[in-house]
Amino acid sequence: MSKNLNNFQNKFECETGNYHTFCPISCVAWLYQKIEDSFFLVIGTKTCGYFLQNALGVMIFAEPRYAMAELEEADISAQLNDYKELKRLCLQIQQDRNPSVIVWIGTCTTEIIKMDLEGMAPRLEAEIGIPIVVARANGLDYAFTQGEDTVLAAMANRCPSYSLDNKNVIKVNQKAPLVLFGSLPSTVANQLDLELKRQGIHVSGWLPSQRYVELPNLGEDVYVCGVNPFLSRTAMTLMRRRRCKLIGAPFPIGPDGTRAWIEKICSVFNIIPNDLKEREMKIWQGLEDYLKIIRGKSVFFMGDNILEISLARFLIRCGMIVYEIGIPYMDKRFQSAELALLEQTCFEMNMPIPKIVEKPDNYYQIQRIRELQPDLVITGMAHCNPLEARGVNTKWSVEFTFAQIHGFINAREILELVTRPLRRNMNLKALGWTTLVAN
Amino acid sequence: MKLAYWMYAGPAHIGTLRVASSFKNVHAIMHAPLGDDYFNVMRSMLERERDFTPVTASIVDRHVLARGSQEKVVENITRKDKEEHPDLILLTPTCTSSILQEDLQNFADRAALESQSDVLLADVNHYRVNELQAADRTLEQVVRFYLEKAKKINQLPKNKTEKPSVNILGIFTLGFHNNHDCRELKRLLNDLGIEVNEVIPEGGSIQNLKNLPKAWLNIVPYREVGLMTAVYLEKEFKMPYVDLTPMGLVETAAFIREIKKILNGFDKHIQFDESLINFEEYIDKQTRFVSQAAWFSRSIDCQNLTGKKTVVFGDATHSVSMTKILTREMGLRVVCAGTYCKHDADWFREQVFGFCDEVLITDDHTQVADMIARLEPAAIFGTQMERHVGKRLDIPCGVISAPVHIQNFPLGYRPFLGYEGTNQIADLVYNSFTLGMEDHLLEIFGGHDNKEVITKSLSTDFSFQWSQDALLELGKIPGFVRGKVKRNTEKFARENGINQITIDVMYAAKESAGT
Repeated sequence: MSKNLNNFQNKFECETGNYHTFCPISCVAWLYQKIEDSFFLVIGTKTCGYFLQNALGVMIFAEPRYAMAELEEADISAQLNDYKELKRLCLQIQQDRNPSVIVWIGTCTTEIIKMDLEGMAPRLEAEIGIPIVVARANGLDYAFTQGEDTVLAAMANRCPSYSLDNKNVIKVNQKAPLVLFGSLPSTVANQLDLELKRQGIHVSGWLPSQRYVELPNLGEDVYVCGVNPFLSRTAMTLMRRRRCKLIGAPFPIGPDGTRAWIEKICSVFNIIPNDLKEREMKIWQGLEDYLKIIRGKSVFFMGDNILEISLARFLIRCGMIVYEIGIPYMDKRFQSAELALLEQTCFEMNMPIPKIVEKPDNYYQIQRIRELQPDLVITGMAHCNPLEARGVNTKWSVEFTFAQIHGFINAREILELVTRPLRRNMNLKALGWTTLVAN
Repeated sequence: MKLAYWMYAGPAHIGTLRVASSFKNVHAIMHAPLGDDYFNVMRSMLERERDFTPVTASIVDRHVLARGSQEKVVENITRKDKEEHPDLILLTPTCTSSILQEDLQNFADRAALESQSDVLLADVNHYRVNELQAADRTLEQVVRFYLEKAKKINQLPKNKTEKPSVNILGIFTLGFHNNHDCRELKRLLNDLGIEVNEVIPEGGSIQNLKNLPKAWLNIVPYREVGLMTAVYLEKEFKMPYVDLTPMGLVETAAFIREIKKILNGFDKHIQFDESLINFEEYIDKQTRFVSQAAWFSRSIDCQNLTGKKTVVFGDATHSVSMTKILTREMGLRVVCAGTYCKHDADWFREQVFGFCDEVLITDDHTQVADMIARLEPAAIFGTQMERHVGKRLDIPCGVISAPVHIQNFPLGYRPFLGYEGTNQIADLVYNSFTLGMEDHLLEIFGGHDNKEVITKSLSTDFSFQWSQDALLELGKIPGFVRGKVKRNTEKFARENGINQITIDVMYAAKESAGT
């Protein structure tokens, strides 16, 4: 742990890991939409399929570019040959959809029966002529958004190598190319590109790109920077396997985070940021109507998507009191700049540093919520309705994963989400029916 | 391996969890990796459940793979026992535990020694049974366990209830309109002077299971879940059961007559007093005057539905009942009836024999979609999946069976069973069809689909060139029949080898439809 995290010494706790979150295979939902020429094949059981079908609701009917390779009893007992079976399915996918890449998502079952996906993929790839990327996004090892991390880490190995030929792309005042990693809707990615362009920094590529065939060039001279806090494996792969230089910055969530993110990138390129402070101030002013609602209110993160530290930091800056930050997994190195910003924010806002609970236990958390009676609980859908029925305001955490929350422009979107339950319940308050559960 | 996008019935553990969370004060502990507790989300969101779903996971992670999950499972069970004091903890295996092959029975036995609660391992195999079969088994397993326990300590009730009474078996959380159906059944039984002894599992208490034998007979409203329990109770306690589904006027009458037959068969000392209520009179009054369905079928409005082509697909119970209602009670034509309950295919075929043109037994939704595209019915009665197929083909669809979305958990009273159920179904059927004036327009612009179909599958992409003025003309046709007119015109064009569709072609198509 770096020196500046000393104040956190007693703030980290680890509970039992009995918490509710989405299975990491859910990442196919946003990744197949992001990478337009991809096809995601989830190799798992009915359980995985049932989750995807129910969690992704109507998306399933829009001819999705993902499917289950549903394992049957004969696959488990090795009466069928895995390779032949996968080949049959992949040929069918190739014929029906003709994708530029097939991503195999390994699940708990392929993990337990030790199906050698990494071994089979190159052979099959050579045989059928489509790149096959293997990501082990399983519930044995990962939670929810970490699924994206495993896919991007696998894709990082597929990016073309950066060579001298394409060096001329870079503008004069920038000493090296910059690649950003993390899947964002294209409008949000463009917005961040533009923010950096204002500072004279050219973004030479994104991992993932809009199409698989447009993956960015990576190499020793390339700087990389993450946009989401759950991308630690990807960061590690970029540094170790592709020799890229990682810019460790807070994440561009909230105007404070966005400014710190840009400042950090600028500092790496020896650029003095232009007009940034004013821009941040202006965004804050525009948020005042929302800030009025939440100032002084308390919030409790039960934790399920690893965005929690960044969101908590932003909400503290907004004037909220954070009781607890539950988080599935805390990479103190990848998130060190974010943690430092959290610490600084707490200091500046004159707040104690909140407790950070890794691998939380939902049962104990509910007890703590009962005691603390926070004004808002940010939690998964399994707990929302039961908590609302007990008079506790809740916000589904999943929405933060799917909404546009990055950059200056989208700070409003975060507060729109955070204040929505408060605004709704203010409307209903006069009716006096806050507790709707029989004792 | 099977390439699959969508499934009708969920995995086995979902069935077990539905049993557990339907009972009061029963807690299920899943032996599963992180993220498999998606059931809690479904229950909390679809059912808009106010209470925390009594399901937790004993998480299988890397450490468990290395060391086995014995301590963890036992710990989780004893912990939950102390925290919530459930009457029963149901250890639920998942697909993961199926392949790990740990001795879960042993863990359950060990945990039972330390717990106040009873501990049971649900006897279901992920790779052999689906959600519905698992629910059926688990319910039987729980009932059997508690009745045998009561028998051992001589706590079984000796006598039947004084008045005739029944148990209702198979009302579930996340079941299609189950709660409304249950209320309607209770009302019906009350009208007949029959008491309801126990309803399981929904809202039932484990401690009351020993009272099950007090009822005179059992009622199993749905084919999928509850039958195993009824068979067990018949074998062990000589309790007769009625497994007719009281859905539709004819079947509801049959259901009531069957109950009466059983009640009349009891021995002298618990004889059912027939003088109190006349079942036949009741059936007649309900059918002709209280329920509006019989009158609706007779009314001139319903004439327009005569012979209309429909497709029915769903679970066995609802698909069979709906097929019979449409054909027998409303005079429609069911061109295909189908079910995804492959394990019950023989029963299904036997039931719909004579009520439909063809039968489709499959759990592959693309087969269902292709069948619908081929038959081009005027309306579909199916699951949420068929509703989406209908949207793509511009064919209206009434949802009659699970799997369902949140809109199929209505707040208002919407039973499918009993006499109020017949009203609801009549509304559903009526509203699903294109109506009077629409019908007229259809005649004008090309009639019904009693000609050959264009393609045999849903996945054609061939597009015709529509000229500018033909498109304008098409635009003038009212929205609700536009799709049909377009299809008919394109069908005509295809038959005649025309690629460019002009106003002339449209009129020619319309003309040819009249001949």
